Amino acid sequence: MSSAAINLELPPLQNPVMKYLRQDRIPHIWCPGCGIGTALNAFIRALDEMQFDLDRMAVVSGIGCSGRVAGYLNVDSFHTTHGRAIPFATGLKLGNPELKVVVFSGDGDLFAIGGNHFIHAARRNMDLFVVCVNNFTYGMTGGQVAPTTPLGAIQTTMPYGNFEPAFNLPYLADSCGAVYVARWTVYHIKQLTRAFKEGLSKKGFAFLEVLSPCPTLYSRRNRLGDGVDQLKYYKEKSVVKNGADTREVELSFQGEIVVGKFVDRERPTWLEAMNEHLSQRLGLRYQPYGVRHED
Amino acid sequence: MHADPKGVLTGLHFMDGDHAACEGAIAAGCRFAAGYPITPSTEVVERFAARIPLVGGVFIQMEDEIASSIAILGAAWAGQKVMTVTSGPGLSLMMEHIGLAAMTETPCVFVDVQRAGPSTGLPTLPAQGDMMQVRWGSHGDYGIIALSPNSPQECFDLAVKAFNLAELYRTPVFLMMDEVVGHMTERVAIPKAEEIEVVPRRWTARKPGEYKAYEPGEDLVPEMVKAGDGYRIHVTGLTHDERGYPAMNPQAQDRLVRRLVEKIRRNAHKLVDVRGDHLEDAEVVVVSYGITSRIAAAAVEEARQAGRKVGHLRLVIVWPFPEKVVAELAARVKAFVVPELNLGQMVYEVQRVVAGKAPVVSVPHAGGTVHQVDDILQKILEVAP
Repeated sequence: MSSAAINLELPPLQNPVMKYLRQDRIPHIWCPGCGIGTALNAFIRALDEMQFDLDRMAVVSGIGCSGRVAGYLNVDSFHTTHGRAIPFATGLKLGNPELKVVVFSGDGDLFAIGGNHFIHAARRNMDLFVVCVNNFTYGMTGGQVAPTTPLGAIQTTMPYGNFEPAFNLPYLADSCGAVYVARWTVYHIKQLTRAFKEGLSKKGFAFLEVLSPCPTLYSRRNRLGDGVDQLKYYKEKSVVKNGADTREVELSFQGEIVVGKFVDRERPTWLEAMNEHLSQRLGLRYQPYGVRHED
Repeated sequence: MHADPKGVLTGLHFMDGDHAACEGAIAAGCRFAAGYPITPSTEVVERFAARIPLVGGVFIQMEDEIASSIAILGAAWAGQKVMTVTSGPGLSLMMEHIGLAAMTETPCVFVDVQRAGPSTGLPTLPAQGDMMQVRWGSHGDYGIIALSPNSPQECFDLAVKAFNLAELYRTPVFLMMDEVVGHMTERVAIPKAEEIEVVPRRWTARKPGEYKAYEPGEDLVPEMVKAGDGYRIHVTGLTHDERGYPAMNPQAQDRLVRRLVEKIRRNAHKLVDVRGDHLEDAEVVVVSYGITSRIAAAAVEEARQAGRKVGHLRLVIVWPFPEKVVAELAARVKAFVVPELNLGQMVYEVQRVVAGKAPVVSVPHAGGTVHQVDDILQKILEVAP
C-alpha cells in the first residue's frame, strides 16, 4: 500500500508584516476604508524586501491620523508635535548621521502648520525621507479644510465648498530642491512599494506623496461613497507619467491624477556640503562630522 | 566624569556673558545647538558656530525658534547634549517644545538672554520679565530648573551646571541671563578640563526587552537610551505608560504628570543654590537674582553703613524656588525687599513662602535699564527699623 504524498502548502502562521509592528498596540485607530494602513503596509513590504536593518532607522511623525504611524512601527519611533516632525527629524539625523530617518505624516501636518519646515529641509537637502499621506483633509479633528483640499470640496470649515487653491505638493517639493519626488495612490500597491524602496535608498531630501481615502470625513461629506469607491476613482483617473513636469501634476476635485516618479537627481546633502566646505576652509583642523573613521 | 579637554579653553579671558555661556556649554559637552538670530542672545550661537567645527559637533541655524527648539530634542534622542539660545519673542515661540521636552523627559538647555517685553519691546535692553514664563509657560503641569547668572564668569559656571542638571533630572533647564549680563565684558577664568565636573547621560545598563523607557528610578528619573541602540523605543508627547506607549486615561495622566512635577519638587533640597550676605543679624532681607543682585548688593552695603541691619539673599537657582531657605528667614526677620527687572514676578513666590509672617515689598522696574542703587536703598530704609 502506497501512501500518496500530500503536498500541503501551509499559509504562513503569521502575516509577514506583523514582526514590523508593535503588536501590543494593535488594533490601530484608523477607520474602515482609510488608506493609511495600506500606505504603512507598502512601507513595511519595502523594508522587508530590502531586509532593511531596523536598528539603523527611526521614524518620526507629527500629529494627526497619519501621525500615528510612528507609534505602530516596531522601530525607534517619535511622535512629536503638530507640524514639527521635520525639524525633530533634522536634529535626530544630525545627532546621529548613521540613522536613516523617515518622516511619516499627513498633509495638514506637513504642509499647513509644518510648511515652513518642509521647504527649508528640502532647500538644505537634509538627508530625510518624507512621506506625506494626503487625504485632502484634517481627519483627526473632524474634516476641516487642508492646504491640499481640492477647490469645491466641502469641509466643516468650508461648508459651502472650498474656495482656496490647493498646494501641488510634488511641484512644491521639486521647486524647493528635493532630490526625489514621487506620487502614487494606495491603489498602486506595487508601484508604491517600489517608491518606498527608492525613497529609503535615496540620499538627501526624498519626498513621496501617497493619496489615500478618508471615507469618514472627506468622502462622506462630499458624497463620494466609501473607501472602495475612492480606490475605483484612483484606478480610473490615474495616469502614470514618470518624469512629468511637476508644474503639470496639479490635482482637482475628482479629476485626473498624474502619478509616477517625477524627480530623481543628485546634489550634496546638508552634511556633505558642510563637511566639504569646512574641510576646504579649515583644512586639517577640521575632522568631518558624522563620518565613521575606521580605526 | 570630567570635561573633554578638546572643548575647554582653559585660562583667563576677557569675555562677555554670551560668549562665556557658549564656552560653558561646550565645556559641559554640548555638541549640538540649533538657534535662530535674536537680540541680545545671538552672540552665543555665533560663537558656537565658529567654535564647534573645531571641537567635533554641529550648529544649525533653523528657520525659526519653533524648529530650533525641537531640532535639539531630536539630537538629544540621538545621544547628544544639546542647547538652543533665544530671547523673549523666541522663547514665546518655543513654549510648545518646552512642554514636549518636559513630557518626554529629554535633557536639554535653553539659554534665555532676557530683554524688555512684552512683544518686540526693547530688543537691545535688559529685563527679567521671563521668570514666570519659564516656570509656567507651556500648558499643563511639569517641573523645570532655572539658573540666574549675574556675571560673565557665572554665565560660564552656570552653563556647565545647567547641562549637568539637565542630565541628572532629564528636564529642560533654563539659563536665565539678561541683556546686561550677556553683553557685559569681564574677567572669565576657565578651569582645566579635569577640574570641570561633567554629568554624563543616565544610560541604562539593561538590555532590550528588560528595559522600559519610562520606568522611574528611586529619584523618580528614568534611565535613558538613544535611537539606534536596538531598544525600539517609542517616544510621544501624548500621556504615556512606562513603556512609552500612549495611555489615554486619567490614571496614566495622574501617574505621569505627578511624577514630572514631583521629580523636581522631591529633589528640591538638592537644588538649592543661594548666596547669603549679612544674613546672621539681618532684620530686613533683600531677595534678588541675576543682574539686579549686583545693584542690590550695593544698596545693602550702603544701608549697613547707615546702621541698618540688612542682609542679602541672592537666588542662583531660581526654580525650584528655595522655599526652605526663605521660610527660615521669614521666621526671624522683620521684612523682605524684592527688586527685580519686571513689575513683580518672583516677589509673589517670596510672598507665598513668607505667608504673611513679614511684609514683602516689591521694587518693580519695567526694564530697559537696571535699577538705581537708590531705588532699592530707599525701599530698605522705608522698612528697616
